[in-house]
Amino acid sequence: MLPAQLNASHFVHYPPQARGLALQHLSVLQEAPLSFLPAVLREMIEYDYAFPAERAAMERDLGQLEVLSPKERAEWFSGFSRLHLSAALDQFDWVNLPLQFTEQLSAYLWSTNQMDAFRTAATVYGDRMRAATAPETHPARRVGVAVIGQGVTTHEGQLFEKLRAHGTYFSNIRPEGGLAELLAAAGSRAQAHPSPYGHWYIEGGSPADHPSPLTCVSYERLRATREALLGQIQDQVSKPGMGPEALRSYLTKLSPAQLGLQGDVVLDRFQVKLLTEGSGTQIFSTTFAQWAAREVLRRADPLTVLVRFAPRQRQRPMSDLLSSDGGTLDLDPKGSLIDADMAAYYHWINQNRLPGAEQSSFLAWFEGHSQAVAIGPALPRGTKSDSPLTVKNLISLVFG
Amino acid sequence: MSLVSGLTQLKLSSMEIAGSLGRSRRDFLRDASGLVLGSSLGGSSAFLQGQTQQKKRKVVVVTFGGGARDQETFAPEGQVNISHMLHELAPRSTFFTQMMNKGILGHYVATASLATGVYETLNNFSAVPPGHPTVFEYFRKDLKRPLSNTWVIAPSNGFNRIGESEERGYGPGSGARVILPKHLLKAASSGSSADLKHLLLDSYETPLYTPHLGGGEIELQQLDAILKLSVADFMSHARSVSSPDELSMYIAKRLMREQSPSLLWITMHDIDIAHSGAYSLYVEAIQRTDRLCADLWRAIESDPEYAGNTTLFILPDFGRDADMEAGGNGFQHHRTGDTASRTTWMMALGAGIREGVIYDRPVQSIDLVPTLGAMMGFSAKLSQGQLIRELL
Repeated sequence: MLPAQLNASHFVHYPPQARGLALQHLSVLQEAPLSFLPAVLREMIEYDYAFPAERAAMERDLGQLEVLSPKERAEWFSGFSRLHLSAALDQFDWVNLPLQFTEQLSAYLWSTNQMDAFRTAATVYGDRMRAATAPETHPARRVGVAVIGQGVTTHEGQLFEKLRAHGTYFSNIRPEGGLAELLAAAGSRAQAHPSPYGHWYIEGGSPADHPSPLTCVSYERLRATREALLGQIQDQVSKPGMGPEALRSYLTKLSPAQLGLQGDVVLDRFQVKLLTEGSGTQIFSTTFAQWAAREVLRRADPLTVLVRFAPRQRQRPMSDLLSSDGGTLDLDPKGSLIDADMAAYYHWINQNRLPGAEQSSFLAWFEGHSQAVAIGPALPRGTKSDSPLTVKNLISLVFG
Repeated sequence: MSLVSGLTQLKLSSMEIAGSLGRSRRDFLRDASGLVLGSSLGGSSAFLQGQTQQKKRKVVVVTFGGGARDQETFAPEGQVNISHMLHELAPRSTFFTQMMNKGILGHYVATASLATGVYETLNNFSAVPPGHPTVFEYFRKDLKRPLSNTWVIAPSNGFNRIGESEERGYGPGSGARVILPKHLLKAASSGSSADLKHLLLDSYETPLYTPHLGGGEIELQQLDAILKLSVADFMSHARSVSSPDELSMYIAKRLMREQSPSLLWITMHDIDIAHSGAYSLYVEAIQRTDRLCADLWRAIESDPEYAGNTTLFILPDFGRDADMEAGGNGFQHHRTGDTASRTTWMMALGAGIREGVIYDRPVQSIDLVPTLGAMMGFSAKLSQGQLIRELL
């Protein structure tokens, strides 16, 4: 089936609000090329469980496509329309299985040497959409905080090497009470600028006491969920004929309830996706925290994201890493510090992809130690400060 | 999330980035290793001059896998991770700063493309033969070499058919035998491999899926008849190594000693632990692979069958996604097809190779096979790559 043949009956299996959105914009969907549309439907089918910012962005983008003339829409889609797809892709149930379709599309584009053309088409389309639509305005600058190195007593290597050029490196921080100060400051921001899913505390271990307005995701708090997931994976892998693609398809269908989550529908769905779509998030807490920060920034348009990394388990054979025996784990604090140092850099990169990046601020701190780097519009780049400061002083520099 | 959020962003054109990467590596290498920029195609290979020694000529290819970026290897900030290659091997090598892979960036399909000189399109996760004749088939057919003269040592189940295609005129029986060290270990351990599970990890590309590993009577015969190793000795050594690639390198050296193959292909894979998202493990694997490559070169130089008549090629199968590439997650994967994931390097050293020379011009991974053919005297008829004339 091609998009032009779409009608209301095709969306009968969509969640109610997603179905409503699809029907509201059916004519635009009918004009989109097959190489493009399932990527839209992949997001749309999750509309009922999406963050408010995601919903707004979907509505904004679809609204923008609506105001274009048919000729303009054809021009916007032209890069995608030039791609050649197989008959098998035409016949795939891309309306109800858009994620699986896009994975098959990706494999097909690779095998037919069209991936570069797809990337170009996507870039051109994205640039046009960004130019045509005004980004959401925010009541405050965006702030990111990465707290790394929990459990490390000494470290001889240089930290924050990739971040230093972009801000000020502090070598004489008094660390006492630093984490509590940072969490309190994040909480104050959440109170001052209330926004659903706008202020986050991502914890790689067990969460510290934190103000209630912060949305908290914790690796340790998800232990039962992770173990349930790993149990499901073990069951599936042992089945005859199961391969990596079938396993992935199975995982995408898992609901929060199947993994024992029965709280906030939106947050539960987000957490399940962290564990079922992220690679390594199930086994390494550092990977979980990094990926969670990336996904929060990509999806929730947050004002505050504080990530605290915890020691991950030491590398073991994958079969052991994937086992859900819940035994005592041997931890690797020093390796985790290196992981988190890179993850802090990625946190900053991902924050900079969002609107208002030039006004945003970022702080990375070696927990319990004297080193930190702070980046922001008022902070000089590529400089070093040996002045004695408290974490509270740092907060005033970064949070404003 | 915007409806375009899954789509990628590019800040610079591919050519701009590739050129920048190449220049930065070249400049640093010139400073760090005393290499000079190659500009002439003059001179000729000792391979071509020494016709009488043709039977003795040997080539070893190592894929520095799976998937290593410039910035953790030969780019300035990465060179701390490759001290052996930088200081011991690079000064003796001809170094290409822009090795491009324009094919599918999965480890099996990319390695198959390297081995055939054609960008293969096979399913990366299926144990299927390459779609075109392999370098091993060309080598054996044209030079009339026996089966024992070429071998592949490969990291996982998926690579077990990489030794030969099904192409008419080549195909089954005409290529290389493949040794899968993990299969050897599985067979030798007879199911009691609890303390060796760290060596049996088959694939990082799909870390949640851990397939069953084979290993039985055939592998035990390989140990005994080919490697001349007792099960006890093999197991004893296996217990002394820390990673699958260390086991592969042990097998490679054993194979060199017992069989002296003239064309040996070793595919490394530890680096692909990056898919787990742990940067420290990724970097550790690069450092280990660097050490293993230097070990291999020392083994070549100290083996009378290989010393002085062997050319060693070291190259990643491809890179990994750039930190700034919005469609990826940096070092973790190689899914975007961006410039960083397609652009790596190649080092060649040993017999017939000019020492201490850097070339900036882009070459492609499919160029390796026809170049090996020109060096060794066989014709890679169906390869789609070009000769790398700087090596001839």
